[in-house]
Amino acid sequence: MTQSETKHPPVKVYLTVWFWLFVLSFTAYFIDLMHLSFWLSAVLFTCVALLKAGLIAAYFMHLRFEKLNLVYTILVPLILVVALAAGVLPDALSVLLHRHLF
Amino acid sequence: MPSETQAVPLEEVLKSDWGGGKSPFGISWGKLMMWLFILSDAFIFGGLLVGYGALRVSSGQWPEPEKIFALHLFGREMPLLLIAVMTFILVSSSGWMALAVHAAYERDRQRTVRYLLLTCLFGLLFLSCQAYEWSKLIHEGLRPWFAPEHSPFYGVRNFGACFFTLTGFHGLHILSGVIYLSVIAARVAKGVYEQRGSYEAVEIAGLYWHFVDLVWVFIFTFFYLL
Repeated sequence: MTQSETKHPPVKVYLTVWFWLFVLSFTAYFIDLMHLSFWLSAVLFTCVALLKAGLIAAYFMHLRFEKLNLVYTILVPLILVVALAAGVLPDALSVLLHRHLF
Repeated sequence: MPSETQAVPLEEVLKSDWGGGKSPFGISWGKLMMWLFILSDAFIFGGLLVGYGALRVSSGQWPEPEKIFALHLFGREMPLLLIAVMTFILVSSSGWMALAVHAAYERDRQRTVRYLLLTCLFGLLFLSCQAYEWSKLIHEGLRPWFAPEHSPFYGVRNFGACFFTLTGFHGLHILSGVIYLSVIAARVAKGVYEQRGSYEAVEIAGLYWHFVDLVWVFIFTFFYLL
């Protein structure tokens, strides 16, 4: 696949992404050390995690340089994981509720 | 630098790409299969993480990860230090892998092998940290089915199950990745890809390794930090 080998980013892009991955990892660590409330830190952690995942997928895994067809094929099914969580969470909450009731 | 196809209107892309006799994804079959494998693997980890979330929510109490994963160093308790070090190691290995892929693009055999071996080395370092962590917790009495009295995990029986399943499954991926990358490195060194005229195998292996790093981001966030 000589075609895909020609459209690769310069090494500076990798180093920049690498740098930001370190920064984001330490950000998450410091958010943890700040002892914020559970939900606030949960939201912040999720944002940082999604940013890191996006950087890795887009640049290290070259998803940004692939055809949109592939990008959609990979990213759209991941909605199912969110659906799974949304489906399971009410059940977990009801178990928790019954634990407290009985 | 977006690829050229992205500027073309969607209708034309659909017509031209899916019209038959074309390559709709514009990548080789090997790379496409790796992407599909990664997608299915993402579902496995997604399922495990959601299962862990459900168990944690329904159990109503959970041991504080900061206390469990603290390290005693220089007479002080450092919360989550080992996990921070492990994250640092894995992000570093991902960076080396990216450099290996870049060197492979430039058909630089020596540098590709060197960066691949560095990636493996950091993967092994990560595994050693994990082995230390596992043996520490097992020594404290934690089991997948049991948590002893007078331990921080007491009363949360599911903690052990979640911990060993999630980190074990991820560790297994790291271990397979190290083996996979060593094989690729040996083949690069032998000149297999030089003869074939394509170093794409390195890029495909890179996809796998970056994915394992990506999964760690979520395990690190939702299991250790939260």
